[in-house]
Amino acid sequence: MSWTTVATTRRETLTLAGIAGLAALLAPRMSFADEATVAAEIKKLYGDKKFDSGKVKLDVPEIAENGLVVPVNVEVESPMTETDYVKAVHVFADGNPLPGIVSYKFTPACGKAAASTRMRLAQTQNIICIAEMSNGSLYMTKSNVKVTIGGCGG
Amino acid sequence: MISRREFLQATAAASALTIGSGLGSLGRVAAQQRLTQADITKFDPLGTVTLLHVTDIHAQLMPLHFREPSVNLGVGEAKGQPPHLTDAEFRNYFKIATNSADAFALTADDFVQLARNYGRMGGMDRIATLIGAVRAERGADKVLLLDGGDAWQGSWTSLQTKGQDMIDVMSALKVDAMTGHWEFTYGAERVKQVADTAPFAFLAQNIRDNEWQEPVFEARKMFERGGAKIAVIGQALPRTAVANPRWMFPKWEFGIREEDMQKQVDEARADGASIVVLLSHNGFDVDRKLAGRVKGLDVILTGHTHDAMPGLVKVGNTVLVASGSHGKFVSRLDIAVKDNKVADIRFKLMPVFADAIAPDPAMSKLVEQVRAPFAKELSRVVGKTDSLLYRRGNFNGTFDDLICNAMLAERDAEIALSPGFRWGGTLLPEENITWEHVTNATAITYPNCYRNQMTGAQLKEVLEDIADNIFHPDPYFQGGGDMVRIGGMGYSIDVGQVMGSRISNLTHLKTGKPIEASKNYTVSGWASISENTQGPPIWDVLAAHVSRVGAVKIEPNTAVKVTGA
Repeated sequence: MSWTTVATTRRETLTLAGIAGLAALLAPRMSFADEATVAAEIKKLYGDKKFDSGKVKLDVPEIAENGLVVPVNVEVESPMTETDYVKAVHVFADGNPLPGIVSYKFTPACGKAAASTRMRLAQTQNIICIAEMSNGSLYMTKSNVKVTIGGCGG
Repeated sequence: MISRREFLQATAAASALTIGSGLGSLGRVAAQQRLTQADITKFDPLGTVTLLHVTDIHAQLMPLHFREPSVNLGVGEAKGQPPHLTDAEFRNYFKIATNSADAFALTADDFVQLARNYGRMGGMDRIATLIGAVRAERGADKVLLLDGGDAWQGSWTSLQTKGQDMIDVMSALKVDAMTGHWEFTYGAERVKQVADTAPFAFLAQNIRDNEWQEPVFEARKMFERGGAKIAVIGQALPRTAVANPRWMFPKWEFGIREEDMQKQVDEARADGASIVVLLSHNGFDVDRKLAGRVKGLDVILTGHTHDAMPGLVKVGNTVLVASGSHGKFVSRLDIAVKDNKVADIRFKLMPVFADAIAPDPAMSKLVEQVRAPFAKELSRVVGKTDSLLYRRGNFNGTFDDLICNAMLAERDAEIALSPGFRWGGTLLPEENITWEHVTNATAITYPNCYRNQMTGAQLKEVLEDIADNIFHPDPYFQGGGDMVRIGGMGYSIDVGQVMGSRISNLTHLKTGKPIEASKNYTVSGWASISENTQGPPIWDVLAAHVSRVGAVKIEPNTAVKVTGA
């Protein structure tokens, strides 16, 4: 039997080498966001206001099992009363073509400031999550998610 | 992280726990060149509970040679820590005499000569004898037998029966519980079917249905032994969906799931457990980190990374056990319980020296029976080796060099890529290479040997990605295999660098020229995790090559230059 050589795309080649090849899903010249792009987006929303740490719990995997659908769970600590509640939560990715992942608006009637979704990640990058409280204070947290080509385990 | 000094104190039983009786008097016995079953099973019993642990047997029904690594680098906090010690360093650390039986079982240098002295290790009938002896001594109602996974994969018979040979053997051994990794490469349906019907529990707290986040397997099980309640929590390889083909279990999501693990521990305590055991396939460094973050685990039975250690590692109040692979060892832990808590632990790594242990007749018969349909093809001689052929080592192994040579020659490729699997037997010089040996190194459910074009830039990207999977300083970002093996190309690696900066000096060995980023190279490889990979199964490529070259001779591999270790 003869096994012929077939020219393939970069994605196929990487996949053959062992892989899920996510960075490779994108055209090579596509531009990616970076820390500065994310900072600019946040500035559009909140100007030069300061962020505190804490309160925001961002749950993302250390290593994405499938970069096309990476689970992201956010929960913000808050009593969620009429006078003290979470108004909004924004999630950004600093290595995707577009940095915005999702924005949630909450009211005290939500009872809990928690949400889950799935995001597509082009490559290993930071996920940045910010929460806006009813008194105007802001909180931020960050996690790195590794997007790997995989294979070779064990 | 415990320091070396603390560890030595622990092994010297300076702490409340009696830890690490190690291999006991084997060193002396070995010096006399005699070794008996009684030496191996000798144990000063303690308390009312005994845990027996085997892991990563990789479907090796019969005794075999398995050479431990001579290169096993630790990074970050694991640097220079056990189990990341080899040869003289390992022997000094664990006080093992050169040329002793322990040295043969646990270190790599002088392997050929020692192998000829001490013979093969493992074999399920010998393991059955050791387990039977412990049960007879202690009373079966005091003994819990746990398997850390990677039991059903790694041989031709397991591949042909979808693990049924090992499932039958493990059932006959009366294994109480197991967890998994390579098991999943038989597909979700097969594993679920066995988990639902087997006489042992299949435990995995960290696998979820990816739509509803519902648990796929039972997370833990409570056992009662010697009057104590023992909770066993299962942890499958967290990186299975990255390390192996996800399409074989497309609806499952893995991960470490530390918080869920903590919940399991807390619930187990609330249910009255005196002993909480994690039956883990995380890999040693992941478990060491986890032990410092999840509170209330008494024992972690580690697996996946194939480390064997004759002493325990202690992190806080948790002890970590490393029981090796391929059936070379059975770990015994005796536990004394007082006031519903662990009061004392005594440990021995029992080496399964096949020539010293009388095979269990019933198990011998069962092994023969499950192998019978394949016996003729297994014993078929396809060639012979003049060189020692082994797998383990972070960067290369001579068996992998042989597989790479086979792909270069038989698939007419410039560069060959072979996965950094840690399983597969070792062959001594002058041994015949049989179909069994060929398939012990290659028997997987995605064996197609592809042939393709890759640019130099792509090759570097692949190497960087895999290197980060091994040398990321945070073990939670590691996957557990060794570095991909390369034929036809050399490279330099600085393991202390970050992803993207570790790999340099890619060289096309045939021409001696640097690999050019934009140039296309013909690459052959196997074990692609991508669905519908085309090409002949790797065992056919390897067997064809071996039978064509006559006597296999592997030259020392100097193509990988390592720094930063």
